[in-house]
Amino acid sequence: MSKLILERLQAAFGDDIVEVSSFRGDDVAVVKPSRWVDACKFVRDDPRCDCGHFTDLSAIDRCDPRTDELDMADRFEVYVIAYSIAKKHRVRLKVRLPGDEPRIATLVGVWAGANWMEREVYDMFGVRFEGHPDERRILTYPEFKGHPLRKDYPANLAQPLLEYREGTFNKLGPFLQDEGMPLNRSPRSDDRN
Amino acid sequence: MAELETRVLGGGESGFATTKFELLLAWARKYSLFQYPFATACCGMEFFSAASPRYDIARFGAEAPRFSPRQSDVLWVVGTISQRQAPVLRRVYEQMTEPKWVIAFGTCASCGGFYDNYATVPGIDKIIPVDVFIPGCPPRPEAVLDGLMLLQDKIARCDRTPETVKNTQLPAGAEETLEKLYQLRMKP
Amino acid sequence: MEPVDLEFEEADLELPSEPMTLLMGPSHPAMHGTIRMILKLDGETVQEVDIQPGYLHRGFEKMSERGTWSQVFPYTDRLNYVSPLLNNVGYALAVEKLLGITVPRKGQLFRVILGELSRISDHLTCNGAIAMELGAFTPFLWYLKAREWVYEACEEQTGARLTHSFFRIGGAAAQPTAKLENLIVPMLPKLLEVVAEGESLLLKNRIFLDRTQGVGILTKAHAQQMGASGPVLRSTGIDYDVRKDKPYLTYAECDFDVPVGEDGDTYDRFMVRAEEIRQSVRIIEQSLAMLKKIAPGSPDDAVSVSDPRIVLPPKKDVYTTIEGTIAHFKLIMEGIDVPAGEVYGYTEAGNGELGFMLVSRGGGNPWRARVRGPCFFSLQAAHDMIRGKMLADIIPTFGSINMIGGECDR
Repeated sequence: MSKLILERLQAAFGDDIVEVSSFRGDDVAVVKPSRWVDACKFVRDDPRCDCGHFTDLSAIDRCDPRTDELDMADRFEVYVIAYSIAKKHRVRLKVRLPGDEPRIATLVGVWAGANWMEREVYDMFGVRFEGHPDERRILTYPEFKGHPLRKDYPANLAQPLLEYREGTFNKLGPFLQDEGMPLNRSPRSDDRN
Repeated sequence: MAELETRVLGGGESGFATTKFELLLAWARKYSLFQYPFATACCGMEFFSAASPRYDIARFGAEAPRFSPRQSDVLWVVGTISQRQAPVLRRVYEQMTEPKWVIAFGTCASCGGFYDNYATVPGIDKIIPVDVFIPGCPPRPEAVLDGLMLLQDKIARCDRTPETVKNTQLPAGAEETLEKLYQLRMKP
Repeated sequence: MEPVDLEFEEADLELPSEPMTLLMGPSHPAMHGTIRMILKLDGETVQEVDIQPGYLHRGFEKMSERGTWSQVFPYTDRLNYVSPLLNNVGYALAVEKLLGITVPRKGQLFRVILGELSRISDHLTCNGAIAMELGAFTPFLWYLKAREWVYEACEEQTGARLTHSFFRIGGAAAQPTAKLENLIVPMLPKLLEVVAEGESLLLKNRIFLDRTQGVGILTKAHAQQMGASGPVLRSTGIDYDVRKDKPYLTYAECDFDVPVGEDGDTYDRFMVRAEEIRQSVRIIEQSLAMLKKIAPGSPDDAVSVSDPRIVLPPKKDVYTTIEGTIAHFKLIMEGIDVPAGEVYGYTEAGNGELGFMLVSRGGGNPWRARVRGPCFFSLQAAHDMIRGKMLADIIPTFGSINMIGGECDR
């Protein structure tokens, strides 16, 4: 249905669209990082795309450095979903970023709503947005080290702001060890520290 | 006031009772608890329910919520406390005036619940002392009332050891009563 | 001594004012416990506001990556904890989209009915809270009374008052109980009555009107840019409702209206929610009628798909046959084998478009489960609703966004 947007994008950007796909009705286009902002502006302003509603922006960590052999050059994927309320179609634009020092231009100028979402991606994945007006952590606190949604951040590595009181014991720790059977939590070997 | 030998005085009679001053004070305190609901998460919904007409926590002498820690006696920690929230909670606790009690409402406040991860404090007793733990995710309003009554009991006994609300069995015949109530309500 | 009748220029008489910084929250009663606002005030006017979410960040997305696909359900309950069943439905539909399966008709209707009940409880709570925060305590208590009836019906079906975890990938955990309909049908007219009663107290009340009308205005264009959805977007006059624009389940067959506002102010958001309760009641009534028309024994007459790779075997088989035990064990321990791929599944939840971006690499665990919490987006738009307004207007504006910590901070 909304293959239209993908066709329009390919016509306008040619080889700068790395890949297009449609899976279960979701249309996805992967854009080269250099044309990221232009492609987003295009789907917003092109009268036949008309995707003025900013639906979502987030990222995916595509490889776990501890276990995966996947190319670190494409480790992070930042995606944005835009929707057209009048035309009732939506598109997902993606950009792939390297594993070390991922950077991309900000979309705040295209959709003002990208502000918080990019802060969240920065907080959770450590992707920097060039030109972002207010790059701070949003869900965790400023003292937090690391980026929790990266696959190599152990899920239960807490960084308490306060020292815990004396004399309390970790109720969950012994419980989980006593369980003695796999809870199908992956990756679990070095997760429980 | 277990120490008191209770006898209702008849008309025109007069009398006196002896007790320890602390116990008298504790007895007076237990029925006038000003509460500070530190509601953060899902459990807040059940806290509303417990305060709402059907469960009506006011019947137990804990009606008045005070949103200033300085005026309150009981700190209800209702919901998950994240690492980011923890300093706030401790500050609120420190601002309360003695005597003060803390109720950990729900599993998250008691032990972190199933949020066993980087973001959540595994139980508020890591941060502040707790008097009563109410388990449940979220606890039913009945359990909340149980927790409040347990706290009152502890206040009367001047007992500050942490305690957990125990599972209560339905009294015999309760199922039939409930069924009867349901039938009654279904009548047009 | 100086003479008293000195002549002053008008400007000299102005009191010197300099901006004052005020911290509001996170334990402020009107901030729902989890939001902090840093306000820069000039007198009572808000010059600048910095809203800081994140005080209820519980790592939903990290936890989802660690369990099986089914183990995410309890976490979804606690996203928007005012309407848990709608989150269950949203997540189940997203995984089903990834799997490429559709639930039988009875299961779909069942999801619609329970989901709409949840929506009613959401809107009752939100509207009651707006009224309470403006000082009208009675409507709040009345709406909570009505919410208890909804909880009662949900409890009868799911066994839990609030966190149901009832729907499953490929269907639901149980058949509709015998009493469910008896609880829902007499409740609906009573619900409408309570809603009308609450409105009768508020909508002719000068205080309520003055404090909500023209307060916290959001414009159409800005709402779209900010990604607002649900009642917040509809109050600006855009009739975007996923149930109408991309119908899922059986919403296409239901006859219901999408209420829209005109000005995008707090009053419109209140009214949109109130009207949505009425529309939800209509949907439930129609869905109950449709449920009755399903022929017993037909393929439609099931709440779950019959694929043993997705749905747990009946308990009787688990305890008596080896195949049942193995199937159960595999599904619980390894999880449902979801093909590799990524989808964005979205539904209309209480606060707007609830989207799940699910990435699978094949196997039993989600690789990434991103949730698009609608009120995170609406809350961001609140900066512009608050800026330049009075300090006291923050309370109703913030209340009408219906910020739910679990969904906002995840």
